Amino acid sequence: MSQPDTKFGEYGGQYVPEALMPAIEELTDAYRRYVLNNEAGFMDEFSERIEDFGGRPTPLQRAEQLSSRYGVDVYLKREDLLHGGAHKLNNALGQVLLAKYMGKERIIAETGAGQHGTATAMAAAHLDMPCEIYMGRRDINRQRPNVFRMRLNGAEVNPVDIGRGTLKEAISETMRDWATTVETTHYVIGSVVGPAPFPAMVRDFHAVISEEIRSQTAAKLGCLPGSVVACAGGGSNTMGAFAEFLGEDDVDLYAVEAGGSSLTVDEEAGVAPHSASLSTGEEGVLHGARTKLLQDRHGQIMESHSVSSGLDYSGVGPQLSHLVDEERVTPVDVGDDDALEAFHRLSQDEGIIPALETAHAFGFLETTLGPDGDGSVEFEEPVVVNVSGRGDKDLEAAIEETEARELENAPDMEVFE
Amino acid sequence: MPYLAAGDPDFESSLEYVEALAAGGADVIELGLPFSEPIAEGPTIQQAVVRSLEGGMTPERFFEFVAALDVDVPLVCMTYYNLIYQYGDEPVRSFVERAAEVGIEGVVVPDLPAEEADLLREACDEFGLDLIFIVAPTTAGDRLDRIMERVSGYVYVQARLGVTGARESLSDHTEETLARLEEYDVPKAVGFGISTGEHAASVVEAGADGVIVGSALIEIIAEGHETDDSTAAVAERIESLARELKAGAIEGGQRRPRPERT
Ligand SMILES: Cc1ncc(COP(=O)(O)O)c(C=O)c1O
Repeated sequence: MSQPDTKFGEYGGQYVPEALMPAIEELTDAYRRYVLNNEAGFMDEFSERIEDFGGRPTPLQRAEQLSSRYGVDVYLKREDLLHGGAHKLNNALGQVLLAKYMGKERIIAETGAGQHGTATAMAAAHLDMPCEIYMGRRDINRQRPNVFRMRLNGAEVNPVDIGRGTLKEAISETMRDWATTVETTHYVIGSVVGPAPFPAMVRDFHAVISEEIRSQTAAKLGCLPGSVVACAGGGSNTMGAFAEFLGEDDVDLYAVEAGGSSLTVDEEAGVAPHSASLSTGEEGVLHGARTKLLQDRHGQIMESHSVSSGLDYSGVGPQLSHLVDEERVTPVDVGDDDALEAFHRLSQDEGIIPALETAHAFGFLETTLGPDGDGSVEFEEPVVVNVSGRGDKDLEAAIEETEARELENAPDMEVFE
Repeated sequence: MPYLAAGDPDFESSLEYVEALAAGGADVIELGLPFSEPIAEGPTIQQAVVRSLEGGMTPERFFEFVAALDVDVPLVCMTYYNLIYQYGDEPVRSFVERAAEVGIEGVVVPDLPAEEADLLREACDEFGLDLIFIVAPTTAGDRLDRIMERVSGYVYVQARLGVTGARESLSDHTEETLARLEEYDVPKAVGFGISTGEHAASVVEAGADGVIVGSALIEIIAEGHETDDSTAAVAERIESLARELKAGAIEGGQRRPRPERT
């Protein structure tokens, strides 16, 4: 029988209150039986549902304009076309279904950008489970369309007011709910973070992304990708896009973090104006796992920043931390301005409005290969960029952030009264 | 056994509040070293953490705080693992060494289950500190045995599922959990939701050796802070609740068929 991964080098583990440990043991057992060993045909049912309800497989599409702009072959893995508009449904549907197999009666989840909350609300409606979502007040205000989508799907959205009101606080608050309701409730964590077995399990539900990339590049081009590029907040779309290629040393893997407004930190205020935990973070323990974190010298967690809610997190998945230490994954960062520019470029040149999170992955191509690029990276071809989500949820924020900057490639955002 | 967050709302007042607990008859005092992500804490203690951090509390300040305390009661440090891990040059060991130096006698770490505690266990053994584990209403069977093998000092019996916070009534889980622990020869301190002398009496009557009270005491600090009361007035209220809790615990011991120590 396959066994779950609980540690990745020194990273990972299970740093949670004792009250949760029995539930985590139960979940580890369910993950081993149903997911890893397909007991009761669980994975068959998951595959069928993610096809019929989710719309898999998603296309792998050549990006004509970007390929000619950058002089390299660029392909887009279109996770934005998955039901809900982001990769998040792979994991949400997988976990809600697993909760059902485990006999749980209620679903809770945190959300940053609202994409995971939306995906969880959809999956819970689809599988007829009651669902509550915790979301930071700040994120509620910058991702309002998703709040309404969650409510339309029957989920209750609980605002979290403590701290800066972003993803970190939402995760803490969801853990508190879980510590109270653990006997009946499953916590659908939204990325490859948290205590084992979550990082491995969430990765496995998203691994379908790289499995499809592998067969699609084989069928279309007769080769493996040369490079895979994905944005990384917690790192779930990242690990999903990388999973199949971890053992293929010829495939270069780039995790693009949010460089925010600057990579410096303000220790006094406990604020890092970025979310680049892989490139600048230090080892520590947060939300159940040992991983790379943005923290001050005392070990207090710093508030992160990014223009995109989904990347705005002080931690990152433990396996990604390990893969970076092993030099298997290259961490890079793209700031708010470059991400916004990339948001407009993809919209105009390829007819795809990306999520602001996803825009960071495209910003990386521009800052290295674009007309003003620094040429710092030689990409192996073909380059596959994971389009982790679509940008409909970001329109309000993108317009506001665009207006606050002088972006050369932004369209007219005038509102007609 | 009262709990306060050290440095709430500021260093000087907090010293007086802890001394008031000792004057009120506390047998052990749990001192919280605040961490920015207190995932096991309810709103009352979360707010205390915010006040204390805003008042400039750091691990080093915490040790200075303990050194400056004028109390004759065993002190236990309650904090989250990342702070223990990051302190000093040697992860975990430096923290425990410094804690021992200022006279702390034990540590409780709410986000460190027995599985991940080997390093801390070793350091505590080396410097003679107790490592106190939490047993939850969901803890049973092999898990319970594993925890009870590793525990020293006392075991922290979590009276109910959920997070910390004062409650109106006691949880029915308490007696059940205490019954499960009866066979283990380790003092049992019950916490989570206890707020009055009457609660303390019932819990001790049900077999606990001690009661842990945090949020009910912290609410006094929060109220005093909000209405700008003098430190002395707040300290007096804290001492009086500590006295009530202690009297309750003693009374609970006497209600038992065969009285035991509290
Ligand atoms: C579209 C999209 N991409 C990426 C992310 C970041 O998450 P992760 O790093 O787990 O893929 C989010 C999170 O909300 C998202 O909505």
